[in-house]
Amino acid sequence: MSKTVTVGISDLNVAKSPDILVTYALGSCVGICLYDPTIKLAGLSHIMLPSSRLAPDANQAMKFADTAIVMLVKKMEAMGGRSVRFKAKIAGGAQMFAAKSNASVANIGARNVQAVKEALGKLHIPIIAEDTGKNYGRTLYFNAEDGMMRIKSVNKGEWTW
Amino acid sequence: MAFKDLSDLNDMQIDVLKEIGNIGSGNAATSLSSMLMHPVGIEVPHIAILDYNEVVEALGGPESMIVSLMLFLSGEVEGMIMFLLQKDFAHMTLSSLLGEDVGDFNGEDEMANSALTEVGNIMAASFVNAIGTLTGLNISISVPDICIDMCGAILSVPAIHYANISDKIIFIQDQFNSMSNEATSHVLLIPDVESLSKIMTNLGIEL
Repeated sequence: MSKTVTVGISDLNVAKSPDILVTYALGSCVGICLYDPTIKLAGLSHIMLPSSRLAPDANQAMKFADTAIVMLVKKMEAMGGRSVRFKAKIAGGAQMFAAKSNASVANIGARNVQAVKEALGKLHIPIIAEDTGKNYGRTLYFNAEDGMMRIKSVNKGEWTW
Repeated sequence: MAFKDLSDLNDMQIDVLKEIGNIGSGNAATSLSSMLMHPVGIEVPHIAILDYNEVVEALGGPESMIVSLMLFLSGEVEGMIMFLLQKDFAHMTLSSLLGEDVGDFNGEDEMANSALTEVGNIMAASFVNAIGTLTGLNISISVPDICIDMCGAILSVPAIHYANISDKIIFIQDQFNSMSNEATSHVLLIPDVESLSKIMTNLGIEL
């Protein structure tokens, strides 16, 4: 029996096969899935903001792309993962509102996606699948059994990456 | 500056916000009634200061579908106001305005979206007018943006945009009834901190 582990907003967690990680209703936030195929270890982080420089508070490290991804990698390494084997899949960073009158609101999602890519780049973790941007919310399921990321939306359908 | 964020508000100041919510909601109900051309009643609004996670739970969980209208406040008060309409509210107003049942309302219908945006615009304007009149402050609102999706995804937008100000928002629950229909809407008020001080000062409340 596989168990489902929920990851909240500004939260992260890891799971071993056959468990499934899930995070609900990603809007402009980004979900980062890391997978070590050799030991079937999966990690998922749900970040809200690009950079911890905005509010340097150690208690909120899981909120920011730069600090959360580093934390997730450490947590997976503590469970026997090797970061050289990690592959990343990312989703979210939508533009929920057109917000023509307010560019800073309109670009929240795009800034998060950019920051996630930079953070993964620094750690030399390749992104092998990406379902980001556009204008709808996504619920993300990440299966530790095979490293598949399943995205569910309200009206636009369902995809597997 | 007297307070950093909404959690610094004392009971007296929270009561003032509740009164603002009351008056704003009453005004919004009146304008809704004139749009629908039949009487719209409103229960006493339920008002609370909540953090984002609590708001999401109060709306039925992160994946529950909701119609949202987002408007920015500018002028002497800066911030954001968000109208969250449950599906029953969308049904009530749309069937009354368009004269037809909209069926499974999912945000794909341009006509329905445009009608709802207009309803939101007018309700928001009357809501904000009430605050303006009460406080003597000049407040403008932007054209609303509409989004129909999972409420967790929608709320991530104000949560992120105001992350450096506060985790808390003013959450107002309005229960409307009209011609034996019940409909629920929620208003989220997110004034910036300076504007909040201004509102309090103008109402003669000590900070």
